Amino acid sequence: MKQVNITINGVPLTVPEGTTILEAARMLNINIPTLCYYEKLGCGVGNKPASCRVCVVEVERRRNLAPACATPITAFDEGMVIHTNTQRALKARRTVLELIMSDHPQTCLTCAKNQDCELQTLAAEFGISEIEYQGATNRIPKDASSNAIMRDLSKCIRCRRCETVCSKVQTVGALTGYGRGFSAKVATAGMMPLADTSCTFCGQCVNVCPTGAITGISYVKQVWAALNDPSKTVIVQTAPAVRVAVGQEFGFEPGVPVTKRLVGGLRALGFDKVFDTNFAADLTIMEEANEIVQRLKSGQNLPILTSCCPGWINFLEYQFPDLLNIPSSCKSPQQMFGAIAKSYYAAKLGIDPKDLVVVSVMPCQAKKYEASRPEFANDEVRDVDYVVTTRELCRMFKEAGVNLQGIAESEYDSPLGESSGAADIFGVTGGVLEAALRTVYYLVNGKNLEGDAVNFRDVRGLEGVKEASVTVAPGLTVNVAVASGLGNARKVLEIVRKDPGRFQAIEIMACPGGCINGGGQPYLHGNADLLESRMKGLYAEDEAKTLRLSHENADIKQLYAEFLGEPGSEKAHHLLHTCYHCRKK
Amino acid sequence: MEKILSREALCSAYEHCKGMLALRCSAPHDIQSAKKDILCCGGTGCHASNSKELMDNLRNLIREKGLEDDVRVIQTGCFGFCAAGPIVKVMPDNVFYTQVMPEDAVEIVEKHIVGKELVERLLYVEPLLNERLHDYAKMSFYAKQQRIALRNCGLIDPESIEEYIAHDGYQALAKCIFEMTPADVVKTVLDSGLRGRGGAGFPTGRKWDIAAKVNAPEKYIVCNADEGDPGAFMDRSIMEGDPHSVIEAMTIGAYAIGAHQGLVYIRAEYPLAVSRLQKAIDDARATGLLGNNIFGSDFNFDIEIKLGAGAFVCGEETALIHSMEGQRGEPTTKPPFPAVSGYWEMSTNVNNVETYANVPQILLKGAEWYSSIGTADSKGTKVFALAGQVNNVGLVEVPMGTTLREIIYEIGGGISGGREFKAVQTGGPSGGCITKENLDLPIDYANLGKIGSMMGSGGMIVLSDQDCMVAMAKFYLGFTVDESCGKCTPCRIGTRRMLEMLEKICDGNGTMEMLDDLERLAETIRDTALCGLGQTAPNPILSTLRFFRDEYVAHVRDKKCPAGTCQKLYQLTITDACIGCTKCARHCPVDAIRGEIKKLHVIDQSKCIKCGACIENCPKNAIVKE
Repeated sequence: MKQVNITINGVPLTVPEGTTILEAARMLNINIPTLCYYEKLGCGVGNKPASCRVCVVEVERRRNLAPACATPITAFDEGMVIHTNTQRALKARRTVLELIMSDHPQTCLTCAKNQDCELQTLAAEFGISEIEYQGATNRIPKDASSNAIMRDLSKCIRCRRCETVCSKVQTVGALTGYGRGFSAKVATAGMMPLADTSCTFCGQCVNVCPTGAITGISYVKQVWAALNDPSKTVIVQTAPAVRVAVGQEFGFEPGVPVTKRLVGGLRALGFDKVFDTNFAADLTIMEEANEIVQRLKSGQNLPILTSCCPGWINFLEYQFPDLLNIPSSCKSPQQMFGAIAKSYYAAKLGIDPKDLVVVSVMPCQAKKYEASRPEFANDEVRDVDYVVTTRELCRMFKEAGVNLQGIAESEYDSPLGESSGAADIFGVTGGVLEAALRTVYYLVNGKNLEGDAVNFRDVRGLEGVKEASVTVAPGLTVNVAVASGLGNARKVLEIVRKDPGRFQAIEIMACPGGCINGGGQPYLHGNADLLESRMKGLYAEDEAKTLRLSHENADIKQLYAEFLGEPGSEKAHHLLHTCYHCRKK
Repeated sequence: MEKILSREALCSAYEHCKGMLALRCSAPHDIQSAKKDILCCGGTGCHASNSKELMDNLRNLIREKGLEDDVRVIQTGCFGFCAAGPIVKVMPDNVFYTQVMPEDAVEIVEKHIVGKELVERLLYVEPLLNERLHDYAKMSFYAKQQRIALRNCGLIDPESIEEYIAHDGYQALAKCIFEMTPADVVKTVLDSGLRGRGGAGFPTGRKWDIAAKVNAPEKYIVCNADEGDPGAFMDRSIMEGDPHSVIEAMTIGAYAIGAHQGLVYIRAEYPLAVSRLQKAIDDARATGLLGNNIFGSDFNFDIEIKLGAGAFVCGEETALIHSMEGQRGEPTTKPPFPAVSGYWEMSTNVNNVETYANVPQILLKGAEWYSSIGTADSKGTKVFALAGQVNNVGLVEVPMGTTLREIIYEIGGGISGGREFKAVQTGGPSGGCITKENLDLPIDYANLGKIGSMMGSGGMIVLSDQDCMVAMAKFYLGFTVDESCGKCTPCRIGTRRMLEMLEKICDGNGTMEMLDDLERLAETIRDTALCGLGQTAPNPILSTLRFFRDEYVAHVRDKKCPAGTCQKLYQLTITDACIGCTKCARHCPVDAIRGEIKKLHVIDQSKCIKCGACIENCPKNAIVKE
């Protein structure tokens, strides 16, 4: 590749051709503000439509200012001279920002993204004190049609990140440019309500939206109300990926698990019992590993697909209705927890399930939708009552003055709090399959994996698609695949359609990287390294436990002994399994 | 027509066909001759004025008289003289009839064809001389024109490949394939000095050279027929009047750059052009001039039509390419240029219709011939769509370097209604205005750029003292605001903010600071917008602010519109000249005028909608704007 000599703000620099001006400037620690630009949306896709024009710089001998994010330094640009902070560039940026703000509600104080908004940050950095050009504004009613994702297009700055992540990374295509000129929007086809589209509620759009235009639908109010209702017993479950992300908001090292402080914090909020979704993850493995072994033995209905991720299940129901028979029939851990809580646990407490409120803390927006699916209720009593995301929980902590740095560590309650290391890794791509393989091994061989053999490293890592051949027993080799990100899921499913015999077991997660990058996690703000830290945090949590196999979880054993019988029993089927529906649009 | 599978076959086809144009091209002008071609304009404008019915009437009458062996009625493309349509030209007589209605067919056949006498009342009236012209050659509208791109328009039947071949059609292509290497073709176009006629004026040969040198598995050659400049219609006329020239040129271009697939991106709002072009493509394919082994050579090329929805921004080449791919018609930042990554990320060369229409002639007559026409900066001719306050409205093709004065006062026949010339807006919504001081400026790309305007696609709107320059800028800005794709901030919000300021100024709510704000914002938009549409959108404002700032000041400070077009800045009042005839009151659509017969009438300002019906109907010019 050719090297090109350039000068930025008087400093000479040599860069490989194809480097953008923005990348070159960053090599010199020169900051150029950006807004629409987003380097890593996931799966190697970035967003650089060069549409906001906040990053314009002056390039000598060019007539117009150039967008730094999308101007490559080509082999023809030898000797290019760039100025990033001339008055001409600064004034243009300021005008552009003022124009954006002139069509923005500026209701920052009541915005869900207050202090987490990139437009707000830029306005502060630029010191915008008044907006010179005022005029008409786009005021569009909010779309709260789904029970997961809220769209408030009045706050949209048309950066198109949501559209790019939805169509290019997730290949869902629920969002697109719509309309023209001043009233151009990023919207659903024909402005139909999001609930009526094939949106999977994965929430990747929420994660990358720079403003408050796309946020989660919040049930925080309802949770507070339940906590303040003396007639209710309110219990909470925490998903695996929450423990490695929540600390970020309270100044902990990124990715470091703060499980015990999380438990302590939840107690401080007033939850009657603090349980762990991990417990239900172990339960899921009991059922799913049993199902895998059955299917491997019969050789029918393969490959088996994991079913923990509600975004992925939505994707399947919309896009691959011909494959509805192959996912595991297991409910997700969240829903297994809800079903067990409202039956087994309510009975244990001797209370009416109506008076038991189950709250989930999830890294996810689709979990909100999942909890509301009609099949996950019993006589109007929902298995899971409310879902709050990691982000929303952080706000609750802050509202209540709970600082995780200062809170006392605490342990999960029994009997739905004990979990294995296998459950922890549910929060990262590859983890569910690894957890299942550990138990499949036991079921096939009648003995446990020992030592390092517990670690199935071939299915670890943040790559979008991973493939491995795992020898479970002599003569029994299972070809497995792991996909994260729905675009990658599509690739794997296309293979399954063409060549059903290629894999026997497949794990799919809707979000690139798995739940650590879920649509409800604290914002990465473009820092993809945080995912690496969160992944390491979960594997560390697993390694630190002596209990690393789901089937060795004593509380699980007790649950089967007292209540469910054995994996795959009729009762287990009734409470822990589900089926899927064609929702092709 | 038989397949043409060799160069010799093309020559014999030419020999076979050339007689078809004998009456039109070479015969002496003779009204007494028995054989006649009656040419009727079949362009969109004349079509809309019932030229088809006129042709049917003419054909029926000719048949009734038993003259069909001698007299042919031929539908041609646009004559360019659209304001006077429907046009009928009788050859070899060289007689030009204007505004011919279907019922006039009888008189033309009986008096002219049978009686050998001119139908005086249908002859064109020369505005400068105020007399009816018997001879087409004397029409000032055509006298100064030099038709290269439009050479077949109004001459041949666009739906007949034979007539195109009869007028040297496909000879240039044969020459390229059999005598020239692709590099020779590129060099000829480069040497000719031809520049893109779509707007920016990039040298066509350079574009081809870049595309030819790109090493790509697949290349595409695209014809940009998304003519979006309001008022410009030369591309439509070429496609309606001479579609084969575009096909031939694209094939030549494909040969030069190494493409095998051509695409014509054309707006669905041009149904006639689409159907003529499709017929021409089908005919060319049936004749072996498109498809595999053209002329029996090993060169393969075919063309497909892609319909667009008529967005102005889709004339921008990256937006055009995205639209052809089925994506939203939005531009993307360059580089990469389409020559490197275009249609489906393959090397793509995009030229506009008028550019292509010049190409066969350049190859046939040579680069030297073409570059001898025009100025040092700009070679060849340019087609302008002349409109506005000018007597002769229509398409004119003149050599580069022709002055505005020649175009307006000679070809255009002067300002209509005897008004005073104020300015010309060139380049449509992307261009600027040219004032009286520059009437004698030779028009070419460089000179227009120097005075803050641009060639654009060749729209030329003549403005008189009754046109308000602020309102004109507002009109064009309104257009760009509507046509913005909404992708980048400066264009999406910035142009809207400029329009809001202009609206305030035109309504009398402007401030002097606003003029500075407007200018500053305009400059920022020009400096920061993503594509050509946004970057040039402020031009009408910057140009009028530069040359007509006094008019802006009059609107802001004096709350007056000097031209009397901004409705909120004047009232209609009746002066003492009123004789009380009641005509105004009877014509007022909102009943705003009161007064007794033979007494001074009064306008109720709270009701008046300033429609001007009273002014038009007052016999005493007693109603004034003030």
